[in-house]
Amino acid sequence: MINPPKRLTLILLVLLAALALFPAWGPLAFGPKYNFLLQKLTGIMILAILAMSLDLLVGVAGLVSLGHAAFFGLGGYMLALMSPQYEAANLWVVLPATMGAVALAALVIGFLAIRTAGIYFIMVTLAFGQMGYYFFNDSKLAGGSDGAYIYVKPVVEAFGITLVNLESKASFFFVVLGCLVAVYLLLRVILASPFGRVLAAIGVNEGRVRGLGFDPMLYKLVAFAIAGALAGLAGFLAATQYGFVNPAMLGWHQSGHVLVMVILGGMGTLFGPILGAFILELAHFGLEAMTEHWLLPMGALVIAIVLALPKGVAGLLLQWCEKKGDRS
Amino acid sequence: MDFWFFLIQALNGVQYGLLLFLVASGLTLIFGIMGIINLAHGAFYMLGAYLAYWLAGVTGSLTAAVLLSLPLAGAIGYGIEALLVRTLYRRDHLDQVLLTYGLILIFNEATRMTWGADVHGVAVPAALNWSIKLTDTLSYPVYRLMLSAVCAVLAVGMYLVITRTRFGMWVRAGASNRDMVAALGINVKLLFGVVFAIGAALAGLAGAISTPITSVAPGMGDSVLILCFVVVVIGGVGSIKGAFLGAMLIGLADTFGKVFVPDFASFTVYGVMAAVLLWKPRGLFS
Repeated sequence: MINPPKRLTLILLVLLAALALFPAWGPLAFGPKYNFLLQKLTGIMILAILAMSLDLLVGVAGLVSLGHAAFFGLGGYMLALMSPQYEAANLWVVLPATMGAVALAALVIGFLAIRTAGIYFIMVTLAFGQMGYYFFNDSKLAGGSDGAYIYVKPVVEAFGITLVNLESKASFFFVVLGCLVAVYLLLRVILASPFGRVLAAIGVNEGRVRGLGFDPMLYKLVAFAIAGALAGLAGFLAATQYGFVNPAMLGWHQSGHVLVMVILGGMGTLFGPILGAFILELAHFGLEAMTEHWLLPMGALVIAIVLALPKGVAGLLLQWCEKKGDRS
Repeated sequence: MDFWFFLIQALNGVQYGLLLFLVASGLTLIFGIMGIINLAHGAFYMLGAYLAYWLAGVTGSLTAAVLLSLPLAGAIGYGIEALLVRTLYRRDHLDQVLLTYGLILIFNEATRMTWGADVHGVAVPAALNWSIKLTDTLSYPVYRLMLSAVCAVLAVGMYLVITRTRFGMWVRAGASNRDMVAALGINVKLLFGVVFAIGAALAGLAGAISTPITSVAPGMGDSVLILCFVVVVIGGVGSIKGAFLGAMLIGLADTFGKVFVPDFASFTVYGVMAAVLLWKPRGLFS
């Protein structure tokens, strides 16, 4: 289930268009609140990238990681550590360096974690995530528990000309939107490739894949590194947006939050986790505006969705398409 | 580093381990034996602590408060099992993660609404508020010793109930083959409800009796929950013996970590866990 059915694709494209045109219609619809909403949406899209990268592990390969935020946080910290104070870093240098370093970290952690399976895998990833959290929390490397600031956003230049000004909120919105679409398409290509097919087969029945002569460990490890690198990209974007990183980015609360986005949205569908990120974050935002005790209705909402939609929001949409006789 | 100081730290480590075991043993029943991933288990620990704090204020006695909060936590656990968890036995593990995550949010917010966001403290009962003198400068509080004794008795009791009694046999059988046990004429629904309630009551008890040595605050169950999962997994899922050993290991690692490497205290616990699982990928007893 890599490609959503036609009817659903159309709906998703309309939603995407509405999102892409937000800087055009947002100011008219929301007035003075527009700027705040623009940043909110940018933040949600960053989380959606993180959720998609986790879906490659959870929904496709059947690797439930509760330490995925470690790579998100590491991506952010890489930018913070590489940015010279009060000076702009060059995006063409810091972004590849960040993603490379995070992929390497994911390879090492993945190599150790993939030896275990099921609940043990969940706990080992949790352990590594928490170790990452405490590493940045307890060390003096980057501000300890206070976190670190990135005073100047990276510059995107070619031949001395600034291509995109990341200090502009609208430009950054489009950069993140571009990353969201690019990551979605990249993951779709990966999943459609022979590598992706084997990975998906591992998620269904690992023993059978091994019987066919593949080495599941190798496939899982590569998937872990890819997912890690993409989570690092999300962390890099988050650090750029907020100009700030702190250890909470790596903690299990963050990992659990993203996992909830993936399950709520619908595992193994890529677009599901994006919807999950938007639903969860917009619900949070809306409920918080209504009541101080927003966690109460939020918890009830999560429970209601589990009970009513066993396959997440994406499952509901796919079921609806099937009823309409649309099988992509 | 003299001997007495070392002994006190070791006692603290064992006492923390025993307390962790009390919470983790309930989780072992629910998660290890019934196969439900219950993230809300820490919430029952918090609930027990708040009930004890509240009832100690009402009744004026912590002993009475602890004894009352035990059945209350159990009853709430039974209600939640009957209302929500029951629908999830045949569903994916991740649905259980999601539902119990929702429960954590509700529990945390409900306690905050009821008892406020402040941190509360409970006094040690007067009868137990004295210390055993070890040397001229070092002494050990009796309440902590009593706490360890209660946990140890319950630990042994739990082990005997699960491994030696008919009830324990039903639980173990029901977990491995629900339909078969139901066919033998045992009310599996009721059985699982009762087991869930016992797990909740044990977590509640641990929260209640630890109130004099911790602070009662919203979200206090979250860190305990994670440590309990660590304990259960290190020990080998479903093994009471393993949970006990895991709890001791984590209790001692945490206490000695705080003494010897204060800068990396929390790191130690997860380091121990990762080391154990890399050595034995399915836990110590499995």
